Amino acid sequence: MASIPHDDFLAHDDGHSHHDHDHKPGFFARWFMSTNHKDIGTLYLIFAICAGLIGGAISGMMRAELAHPGIQYLGFFATHIFGQTNPSFDQTLHLWNVLITAHGLIMVFFMVMPAMIGGFGNWFVPLMIGAPDMAFPRMNNISFWLTVAGFCSLMISPFMPGGTGNGAGIGWTAYAPLSTTGSPGPAVDFAIFSLHLAGAGSIMGAINFITTIFNMRAPGMTLHKMPLFVWSVLVTAFLLLLALPVLAAAITMLITDRNFHTTFFDPAGGGDPILFQHLFWFFGHPEVYIMILPGFGMISQIVSTFSKKPVFGYLGMAYAMVAIGVVGFVVWAHHMYTTGLSEDVKMYFTTATMIIAVPTGIKIFSWIATMWGGSISFKSPMVWAMGFIFLFTVGGVTGVVLANGGIDDNLQDTYYVVGHFHYVLSLGAVTSLFAGFYYWFPKMSGRWHSELLAHVHFWVFFIGVNMVFFPMHFLGMQGMPRRYPDYAPAFEKWNHLSTVGYMVMSVSIVIFLINIAYAFIAGKKAAGNYWGEGATTLEWTLSSPPPFHQFETLPVIGDDHHH
Amino acid sequence: MTATSPTQANGKMRTGMAALAFAAGMLMMGYAAVPLYRAFCQATGYGGTPRRASEAEAGGTRVLTGKTMSIRFDSNVDADMQWSFHPVQTTQTVTIGQRSLALFEAENLTDHTITGQASYNISPQETASYFNKVQCFCFTRQTLKPHEKVRMPVIFFVDPKILGDKDVQDVRQITLSYTFHIAPKA
Ligand code: HEM
Ligand SMILES: [Cu+2]
Repeated sequence: MASIPHDDFLAHDDGHSHHDHDHKPGFFARWFMSTNHKDIGTLYLIFAICAGLIGGAISGMMRAELAHPGIQYLGFFATHIFGQTNPSFDQTLHLWNVLITAHGLIMVFFMVMPAMIGGFGNWFVPLMIGAPDMAFPRMNNISFWLTVAGFCSLMISPFMPGGTGNGAGIGWTAYAPLSTTGSPGPAVDFAIFSLHLAGAGSIMGAINFITTIFNMRAPGMTLHKMPLFVWSVLVTAFLLLLALPVLAAAITMLITDRNFHTTFFDPAGGGDPILFQHLFWFFGHPEVYIMILPGFGMISQIVSTFSKKPVFGYLGMAYAMVAIGVVGFVVWAHHMYTTGLSEDVKMYFTTATMIIAVPTGIKIFSWIATMWGGSISFKSPMVWAMGFIFLFTVGGVTGVVLANGGIDDNLQDTYYVVGHFHYVLSLGAVTSLFAGFYYWFPKMSGRWHSELLAHVHFWVFFIGVNMVFFPMHFLGMQGMPRRYPDYAPAFEKWNHLSTVGYMVMSVSIVIFLINIAYAFIAGKKAAGNYWGEGATTLEWTLSSPPPFHQFETLPVIGDDHHH
Repeated sequence: MTATSPTQANGKMRTGMAALAFAAGMLMMGYAAVPLYRAFCQATGYGGTPRRASEAEAGGTRVLTGKTMSIRFDSNVDADMQWSFHPVQTTQTVTIGQRSLALFEAENLTDHTITGQASYNISPQETASYFNKVQCFCFTRQTLKPHEKVRMPVIFFVDPKILGDKDVQDVRQITLSYTFHIAPKA
């Protein structure tokens, strides 16, 4: 890692030397027309937290309904929350499909991606490479507001007709023909259009990150001296650039099949619904890595900081991410084992999928090797990071199970899959987000959160999410299918436990919100480098919060950096 | 702000444009996937797409006397299309390699003319690449006048290579399924 001895700096204390330049625009101009990477990062983080609370509330409705067999609450939600008058039983059940669709889309496109890439990426990529801002600050602003517009489009959709009932009930995967002939009505168009908007925003963001990282590194910061978080965002940006346009093509075909009589996915006109699945998963598998790679980057920074050692095997770590990104484009059909692939094709996709576990394993072992023999301090980000490593590994193991075409024939579309992807996402990606949050919150805000609350937050969250998601493996192996609001009474025990786990988890979110409030009301002021010795990347050479414009004179990175 | 030099601004523009070109290229690849996928399915029988064979190919195929395969015929009509549509025979045992004829019967149940197009599928899907159609009513659109009733032929053969494929060796029956749709207006 690029560690920056202070005398390497020509000018590092911008906050003081350029005080007169550090003026900020007025409130409206600053927050609505912002071109400042830190302000846009803050906007993304606030947006992601809000979206996460909404997406989380929706999963609360789902867990309430699943606490017991039979249909308990859907009718109540339909009338009292979604304002429907006298919904029929079918319309009530349709609401279930609407809830799972909204939950998935919100969490993927409006919580994890904005927080990881828009939030932490915007904040820390320029700081870590010693750049004054992003390459295209105005485009950065457009990216953010496109994401917000996409979210609005998605939020309108539950109140529009969507076929059986109000809202888009097509799943986050939007498979045809359910999303075409199966769901007439504008709700589905609104939901699909929201992906167009958010996707366009993300593509612009990706272009911005690639340009920034390739053109604006401080003198002396070669690619092989870049902090791993920057590497992770670079790889993610390439994945976005290659995967999102394919999604855009696929969902544009959905829109034209729905509204303009094309038949891309309609056998009547020579199309094929399976083609949609190929296009979707060609995007979808890289997408799951888009959601986790920046998390990998943050965990590397954190583990190194609190072990007070450079990351073990820096180059291996960087190129493991590149390898994950490359191989991630040739494994998509492991989501489609039950669509009638031949044995040979299944064998190929099984092998290719398992190969991804190799670079993933390299990362996990390198984190452990970094901690090994280090003088570890168990500050809250470190505890979250260690939680991440454990939980993500569990999800990786179930992924390797699912990678086997033969086993997956039995597990496809069961709760086992739901367990798998929540371990890597809700417990993996989200845990890394909290780790990054506690690592950098004082840097971003200039105020200390409560370390005690951050630890309590961790333990309550850890217990809660394991209670929610671990039983899902059992349910899936026993054959409980995903995407239904009802189940056989035999599945009640584990489902009930899962719902109780949800309540525990939601307490931890309250603790998180209290902690933020505490920081702003009573938090101590944070110093520039509050984690001390182990924190060696460039953001720690600046004040907390950093000046509105930083690195007006570029820092110079010397040759003596060890990794 | 450090003034950005013109060369740095150029560099940014170049990288930004290259990245944009990448994204646009992938968008086009997404659309290019449609014809590529169709060509791939036809070439490989992937997803149960049967092969279309010429008369010449059919004539040149070795007939394996004594080796037979049972063929089951299945018919469906799109929910919004008022035709009746049935195979004349539900199953037929054919000699592998031998050209065979099957008949389907369709009737327009309405008082107006309807043009339909049949789509087709083979199951198990792995056998699709060995199922060759020489002639089929599904190759073209079919127009039926009010209450008109017609018999429509399919001429096909099962490729003897099927016996050498380990994935489908144990298959004793192949299902040929048709679904009639209202033809999209040309
Ligand atoms: C060792 C690495 C991994 C392997 C081998 C793996 C394998 C798989 C397989 C085979 C499936 C398909 C299961 C089915 O539908 O029957 C699947 C589903 C899924 N995986 Fe993974 N996975 C891995 C890591 C990840 C990561 C890191 C993420 C995200 C951060 C992720 C997110 C998902 C999601 C969201 C789904 C379900 C998508 C859906 O059907 O809605 N996986 N995984
Ligand atoms: Cu995948």
